[in-house]
Amino acid sequence: MTDIERLRYDVVVIGAGGAGLRAAIEARLQGKKTAIISKSLFGKAHTVMAEGGAAAAMGNANPNDNWQVHFRDTMRGGKFLNSWRMAELHAKEAPDRIWELEAWGALFDRTKDGKISQRNFGGHEYPRLAHVGDRTGLELIRTCQQKIVALQQEDHAEFGDYDARLKVFAETTITRLLKDEQGRICGAFGYIRETGKFVVFEAPAVVLATGGIGKSFKVTSNSWEYTGDGHALALLAGASLINMEFVQFHPTGMVWPPSVKGILVTESVRGDGGVLKNSDGKRFMFDYIPDVFKDKYATSEEEADRWYDDPDNNRRPPELLPRDEVARAINSEVKAGRGSPHGGVFLDIASRLKPEQIIKRLPSMHHQFKELADVDITAEPMEVGPTCHYVMGGVEVDPDTAAASVPGLFAAGEVSGGMHGSNRLGGNSLSDLLVFGRRAGLGAAEYASATTVSVPDAEVEAAVAEAMEPYQRDTGENPYAVHQELQQTMNDLVGIIRREDELEQAIEALGKLRDRVGNVAVAPSAGATVTEDRGPAYHPGWHLALDLRNMMIVSECVARAALERQESRGGHTRDDYPKMSADWRKINLVCSLRDGVVELKRQEMSPMREDLLSLFELDELKKYLTEGELPAEEKN
Amino acid sequence: MGYKAKFRVWRGDAGEGELKDYTVEVNEGEVVLDVIHRLQATEAPDLAVRWNCKAGKCGSCSAEINGRPRLMCMTRMSTFAEDETVTVTPMRTFPVIRDLVTDVSYNYEKAREIPAFDGGDVKPGEFRMQQVDVERSQEFRKCIECFLCNNTCHVIRDHEENKEHFSGPRFLMRVAELEMHPADVQDRRQIAQDDFGLGYCNITKCCTEVCPEHIKITDNALIPMKERVVGRRYDPLVWLGSKIGVVKRGKSTPKA
Ligand code: SF4
Ligand code: SF4
Ligand code: FES
Repeated sequence: MTDIERLRYDVVVIGAGGAGLRAAIEARLQGKKTAIISKSLFGKAHTVMAEGGAAAAMGNANPNDNWQVHFRDTMRGGKFLNSWRMAELHAKEAPDRIWELEAWGALFDRTKDGKISQRNFGGHEYPRLAHVGDRTGLELIRTCQQKIVALQQEDHAEFGDYDARLKVFAETTITRLLKDEQGRICGAFGYIRETGKFVVFEAPAVVLATGGIGKSFKVTSNSWEYTGDGHALALLAGASLINMEFVQFHPTGMVWPPSVKGILVTESVRGDGGVLKNSDGKRFMFDYIPDVFKDKYATSEEEADRWYDDPDNNRRPPELLPRDEVARAINSEVKAGRGSPHGGVFLDIASRLKPEQIIKRLPSMHHQFKELADVDITAEPMEVGPTCHYVMGGVEVDPDTAAASVPGLFAAGEVSGGMHGSNRLGGNSLSDLLVFGRRAGLGAAEYASATTVSVPDAEVEAAVAEAMEPYQRDTGENPYAVHQELQQTMNDLVGIIRREDELEQAIEALGKLRDRVGNVAVAPSAGATVTEDRGPAYHPGWHLALDLRNMMIVSECVARAALERQESRGGHTRDDYPKMSADWRKINLVCSLRDGVVELKRQEMSPMREDLLSLFELDELKKYLTEGELPAEEKN
Repeated sequence: MGYKAKFRVWRGDAGEGELKDYTVEVNEGEVVLDVIHRLQATEAPDLAVRWNCKAGKCGSCSAEINGRPRLMCMTRMSTFAEDETVTVTPMRTFPVIRDLVTDVSYNYEKAREIPAFDGGDVKPGEFRMQQVDVERSQEFRKCIECFLCNNTCHVIRDHEENKEHFSGPRFLMRVAELEMHPADVQDRRQIAQDDFGLGYCNITKCCTEVCPEHIKITDNALIPMKERVVGRRYDPLVWLGSKIGVVKRGKSTPKA
């Protein structure tokens, strides 16, 4: 094992999206020697795909907005299953995180008085999303990337080395977290894509910021990197995941042509006036306003249309219901035979805004449809349908420090769980990344100050053996084929609408797939026509084989938790248990791994603090909470 | 309406390699990247290619398709005749790592030399900027860093020796972005000329032509930068006055 490079850091951040970069910036600002591990090139992370904006109650567009309103919206969106402490921190700190980006050079769209403009989005009571056209995620990544460069320039001036205290390891993938004899994190093990060489990071604190799990599903808006790496690494290191049954299907993904199926169509289209119609030309969302939201949404097209100009005296259009509601509605319309030619519904902005306005406000959508589908969205409607977009579930963390249950492990962003409850509101992701990215960086830096570790050789040897397995196997299945089957299984049996028998079938199928995943081979002899073995450098087949382990573990968590939760809530809809249950609301399902097998445990949530509870009307609380959880009567 | 397309893909490692022929299925609505993925999943599992978003948003999948610098994920197969051979090669200006993947570290090195945004003494939350004033730099911030412009620019495309003194259109545009940023207080005009090689650019507009984001690199970034550099040489006060409300530090910012 002497030829494996060992690098010492105080904090290692795995993931270079919004959460990872913000965590790394914070750790470095705290004076810690920090490494950023990026599965792709620097600046390419999935965050660039986020379009709509970052939610923060700055009150620039409507002065009535404040953190309490944002907190309420977030809890409602998540159907009260959110970690209330995370939702509180998020709502309070989001404005500072946005303003800080501006001080680092971000250029958001402006209001007339020169402040940051804010736009409407599903589930948000006031216009709240700071945005840059429909490419806000790119702005966020680029700004953090440039802030990192700025810090590196400072280090260059001081030490003559840009990388002295903050280094980006591009195209590097971590396959194992390493632990010492005391059961603490002592580093991470992975490979460098370009060379195929292994590398060991020796560090007391590791921040997971790896994003989501979408690549386990066939129709998804997620990029190839989203293979549940952090979720799986955490489990394998002994940490736990919560809320894995809650998967967000974004209501509007492209449905045609087949090769782009699943690519996201931003919610801003609806925020800016776009409406959903079925094949009869009917705005069907009015038929799908659930009881809990009855008094907040317009019941006629006239009222809905007035809302855009006069939101104080009209109720919101139902197209702007939280994502889970809209996705289910589209699903039902298609099932009822009222879908569009390619199996979606119509999203119409052409008849609602002038072509110039559409091009100005939704430039990437205009571009995307023109280039990929030959559709001019200023002249004709788009066809859209649900696509797997986001996982609410993730590593169970302490809300204040982002620490997981294993000492030295931290998690932020999509890979962490709790913040969004059963359903995430659009716009709450980008702000989540910044708020909890910073907190994780801070938590990791503080922990690292008091801890020193070293990596036991045995840990490294085991990690090497595991990573080399699919590469050294002479015969075995093609990883691409196994991956496709896994995706199909999850899409068909653990998708947007779930049933007991199908979930059982899924678990059985996953069991079989697990054996096959353990048996894939990437050697040239395994079905390929390429004759010579070119080694492990930049070998996508091998990389996929390693990612498969993660997708497999995560899929099992989702399927098992989905089978266990006998109610419908947010991103978990059970055909056989269509109602929301106040008793289930109190319960988090916790996944852990024992001897490679996923274990599930029910865990009671901590009751919401009094002052936060009092932000809601009793009548609203009654829709969600059990009798015993309601505040004392004197509040009436 | 699927058909079999003829593909020629460059396969090889640093320096050595060759075009390999493949016959591969193509379905309706597909893009070049779909076909490359099909090759990976069937006959060439070790075919190296970079990609992330498959929606023209991350700038990872840059390559040369029939000799033209393009994003593979935004090049539809319907733009080729069914009997046409589609040739896919890596970007020429950057060293090959393997197959279609190139070493683009030149770009990250150049990025690091440009002094970062400096908002002066304004506190977070107190910036006030008008939409018309941010729009110029916003255009440049649409850049997805595909590096196709740098790949195309003749100053470095076949002139390795110029790389040291020339940051390429992408990063000259970054300088312009910061110069036009309404809240930035530094002055990078001198280093644009002396260190980043603005003078090498003879405004051929080839970079603009290949930009998948349709950014008017030459007209809106490079030419105005050249004008500003000349302006500085003659009369720095004109420049100072042109940014009303922002106090520029009077001296030139050194490279980072
Ligand atoms: S306009 Fe300038 S930067 Fe662009 S390709 Fe021509 S010489 Fe290069
Ligand atoms: S300016 Fe255009 S061509 Fe150049 S890197 Fe950016 S997006 Fe690519
Ligand atoms: S894969 Fe992102 S631009 Fe092509």
